[in-house]
Amino acid sequence: MGRREIQLQLNGGDRRVEVEDQMLLIELVRSLGLVGTKLSCDTQVCGACTVLLDGHPVSSCTTLAIEADGKPVVTIEGLADGTKLHPLQEAFIERFAFQCGYCTPGMIVSAKALLDEKPAPDAAEVRHWMEGNICRCTGYQTIVDAVLDAADQMRSAR
Amino acid sequence: MLRRFDVHRATSVKEAVQLRGLFGEDAAVFAGGTEILLAMKLGVARWPHLIDVKTIKPLADISATKDTLRIGATATHRSIERSEVVARVLPALARVEANVANVRVRAAGTLAGNLAFAEPHADPPALLIALGARVILEGGAGSRTVPVAELITGMYETAIAADEIIVAIEIPLPARDARVAYVKFQILERPSVGVAAVATMRDGRFVGAPTMVVGAVDEMPRRVDTAQFAGAGASDADTLGAIAEAARAAVEPTADLAGSVDYKRHLVGVFAQRAVASLVARAS
Repeated sequence: MGRREIQLQLNGGDRRVEVEDQMLLIELVRSLGLVGTKLSCDTQVCGACTVLLDGHPVSSCTTLAIEADGKPVVTIEGLADGTKLHPLQEAFIERFAFQCGYCTPGMIVSAKALLDEKPAPDAAEVRHWMEGNICRCTGYQTIVDAVLDAADQMRSAR
Repeated sequence: MLRRFDVHRATSVKEAVQLRGLFGEDAAVFAGGTEILLAMKLGVARWPHLIDVKTIKPLADISATKDTLRIGATATHRSIERSEVVARVLPALARVEANVANVRVRAAGTLAGNLAFAEPHADPPALLIALGARVILEGGAGSRTVPVAELITGMYETAIAADEIIVAIEIPLPARDARVAYVKFQILERPSVGVAAVATMRDGRFVGAPTMVVGAVDEMPRRVDTAQFAGAGASDADTLGAIAEAARAAVEPTADLAGSVDYKRHLVGVFAQRAVASLVARAS
C-alpha cells in the first residue's frame, strides 16, 4: 500500500518499477523516457494520452500506474519495428493526417486498437471509434482516410 | 497529478465490505476510476483510501437466465457492449453502452460505477429505470436489492450506505414482443438529453401505456406520466404532441454549458417524440 513494485510489459520489454498508488500511467511512461504520449485535456476527453493497456485503449491521464501490474502496455514508441514505421504511421504521413502533431500519438494508438479488433472497418466505424480523439488542425477527413488506408495495407500484407 | 491515497485491493466481497466499514466516508470504491479519479483531479472530492474491487474476479461476470440479465459490478461498458449474452437477450443495452462517452472511458468505466457515482449526465440510468432494473448491494448488514429508480436519489447522491458495495445489476428482460428505444442529444462528452422508452405495440398502437424515462437533463432521471397513452396510436400527431408535453412536464432541467432550461425542456419534447418514432420503427 502507498508504494509498491509493479511489473509490466512495456512495448514488449519486461519492466519492474516502484510506483506510488496515486501515480498516473502517463506519469510513469513519460518518466521512463517515453514522451510520445501527450498530456492535453487531463480529463479523458481528448485522447492525446491514449495507450493500450492489456490491448484496450485507455486514457493514461486517468489510469493509475498500478493498473499496469502484470499487463502489457503499448505506447506510440512501441509501434514501429526498429526504423520501419508501422503502417498507420506511414499512412498518417502519406495522407497528411496531422499538422501540429500533438494529437497524433493518441490518434495512432487508438486506431491501432481499432484495427487489432476490426481489421476491415468502414469509414463510419472509424469515425465512431475515433470520436474520442480530438484534433484541432486537420478537420479529421485525412485521419479517417489514413486509418482506412492503413487497414487496407495491413490486410494485403497479411 | 493526484494527491496521495492508498489503494486497497479487495479479494472478496466480504473484504471490500469490511474495508468500507473501516474507512467509511474516507474511502471510495474503485473500479474503472473514470469518475472518481477525475473528481479527485478536479479537486471536487478527496478520498485517502480507494477500495479496488476489480480484484474480486467473479464481479466481472455477465450472465442471463430466461428472464433476467445479470451484470457484475466490475463489468465495463465495453465488455457489456461486446458481450454475446447482452447481444442475444437485450441488444438495446448493448446499443446504449456502445455510445457511452468514448472508447477509452468504455474500456475502463463500469456500469455499476456509473450508477454509484450518479453523475446526472449519463446514458444508462434512464434505460435501466425504464426496464425496471435493480441493484444488488452487499453491506455489513447483509444483502439487499434496490430498484435503480430508488438507488439514485439526486445529483451524485445514492441510497448506497457507507458500508455497502454494488455487487451486480439485475435487469428483468422485457417481454418478447416489447420494443426498447433510447435516443439522445449530445454535443460534448456527456449527453444533454436522453430518453428511454419501452412499449409493446400492435397495429401501430401502444398495448397498455408505454414506459418513458428522461435522463441526463435533470438532477436525476425522471419518469414520464404516460397513463393517458394506453392504447393510443403511436404515430398520431395529437398523441405525439401530448407525449412531448408530458415529457416536458416531467423534468426540471439543469442549465449548464450544453444549454439553458428552456432550450433543454424543448429538447426533451423533441427527443420524447423521437423515442416513440424509434419504437415504431423498431422490430424488437
